[in-house]
Amino acid sequence: MLELQNLSFQVSDEDAESRENFKEIIKDINLTLHDHTFTAITGPNGGGKSTLAKLIMGIERPTSGRIVWNGTDITEMSITERANLGISFAFQQPVRFKGIKVKDLITLSAGTDKKLSAGEACEYLSKVGLCARDYINRDVDASLSGGELKRIEIATIIARNTPLSVFDEPEAGIDLWSFNNLIKVFEELHETSSNSLVIISHQERILNIADEIVVIANGSVKARGTKAEILPELLEGTGSCKFYQ
Amino acid sequence: MDEIQKNLLEQVAGLHEIPAGAYNIRANGASIERNTTANIDIVTKPDKQGIDILIRPGTKKESVHIPVILSQSGLTEMVYNDFHIGDDCDVTIIAGCGIHNSGDSESRHDGIHTFYVGQNSHVKYVEKHYGSGDGKGERIMNPKTVVELGPNSFMEMETVQIRGVDSTVRSTAATLEEGAKLVITERLMTHGSQYAESSFRVDLNGADSSANLISRAVAKDDSKQLFLAVINGNQRCAGHSECDAIIMDRAKISAVPEITANHLDAALIHEAAIGKIAGEQITKLMTLGLTEAEAEAQIVNGFLK
Ligand SMILES: Nc1ncnc2c1ncn2[C@@H]1O[C@H](COP(=O)(O)OP(=O)(O)O)[C@@H](O)[C@H]1O
Ligand SMILES: [Mg+2]
Repeated sequence: MLELQNLSFQVSDEDAESRENFKEIIKDINLTLHDHTFTAITGPNGGGKSTLAKLIMGIERPTSGRIVWNGTDITEMSITERANLGISFAFQQPVRFKGIKVKDLITLSAGTDKKLSAGEACEYLSKVGLCARDYINRDVDASLSGGELKRIEIATIIARNTPLSVFDEPEAGIDLWSFNNLIKVFEELHETSSNSLVIISHQERILNIADEIVVIANGSVKARGTKAEILPELLEGTGSCKFYQ
Repeated sequence: MDEIQKNLLEQVAGLHEIPAGAYNIRANGASIERNTTANIDIVTKPDKQGIDILIRPGTKKESVHIPVILSQSGLTEMVYNDFHIGDDCDVTIIAGCGIHNSGDSESRHDGIHTFYVGQNSHVKYVEKHYGSGDGKGERIMNPKTVVELGPNSFMEMETVQIRGVDSTVRSTAATLEEGAKLVITERLMTHGSQYAESSFRVDLNGADSSANLISRAVAKDDSKQLFLAVINGNQRCAGHSECDAIIMDRAKISAVPEITANHLDAALIHEAAIGKIAGEQITKLMTLGLTEAEAEAQIVNGFLK
């Protein structure tokens, strides 16, 4: 179980002409994610979704508030410690490396204690719609397209297989055929394990398969509920939608 | 051969035992073992230190190992090795130098390797440098490589120096005739207070000749590196050089490119990038459970692979 308690995140914003010289990106968020749940986080661009994910992973540190993971306060823990406690994060913009191969990244993800066979590594790639043979020995560098990189990123998180996985807009840059498969992968991950999924997404089809939808706008939770409760309002269109004002 | 010498040999030539094919092993200033084949002859130079390696035209799928090891502190030597490679060959040449210095005086190996590559031949040349030993004496290597590539020949050169050499000044000069191709990949890591300089001069003299120089370097601690790449396009040709470097701690790296087109159809490119490890790369690996130090090591190892 992950609990976000009064979580706030501010950055100093020297350029701003406002009297306050800081910007509040996450504002006093309280949110509990139970085990074995599939939560979709949505909301307008710039609302603070990625920042919230980075706070969970420890990439950003909150200005105030606490993050509690299975009863342990992890607010002060490093990224590495959180990773080892079973939290994973697929970046919205995956990182490129010169000289690190797709195989290396998947092997590191699966854990150093586990000797990953070539077949297993290929399986993760197939799941995200990549023909493993073509990719396994390629460098995770600028030679990969944005969509390829994105799918490899998702494969690394599947390989990690941790109690909590946060995916930041996994659908971005992915073609329709792969997207259909991706939906199946998320459904399967949810059904076949007791792990929890958090997926930041703008895609109705992802929102549709989630147990719960959380709408974040202007750094706050604007709404939270089942798809029956949230989707109709979201889909009324941005013009009239109260979340997007 | 003692254990230290065996270790050096393994580091520079990947050899656990006597290699197949032709070889010449030089240890502490003298040739200690040699083997020739029907197609590859090795002859000691009469007038100075070094050997002539003579490869018959049409020799295919053969290799020559010529490792040099120095384990006697204070030894300095200057060696000339000339490779005469006939037409239509396909050979692999593995050179390398390992110095173990546990004494207080400087050990130094300076070598000049000259390659005369016949037409249509393909040569793969691998050179590794390695230093060990905890003496105060410096381990110094100054390799000079001269390459003359005949028509439509192709040379791939790989150089690696990632541990233990205190000072190195490496220079490589190549001339290419028509249709010849040269690909050089350099991997260099310096640490402590080491100094490394690598300079290239490539003359693309023949029509449709091409050269690609790729350098990947990491400088740690207080070490310094200088990369100089001169490419002259004197005919319709293609030249590319690339210096990609990671800088850490208090190290310093300079990259000085020089490309000169003396012909309208010479297409020359130089790219150089020097910077510290991107923070987001470390962050990403930490999200996979690596510590910051492990992430850094992983990135550096991959970069130099
Ligand atoms: N470290 C930072 N410094 C300054 N502004 C930031 C920082 N991180 C995020 N922001 C700003 O916070 C807002 C929310 O960003 P983000 O979390 O990426 O939104 P979302 O993912 O919902 O689109 C944006 O306006 C963004 O520019
Ligand atoms: Mg975002």
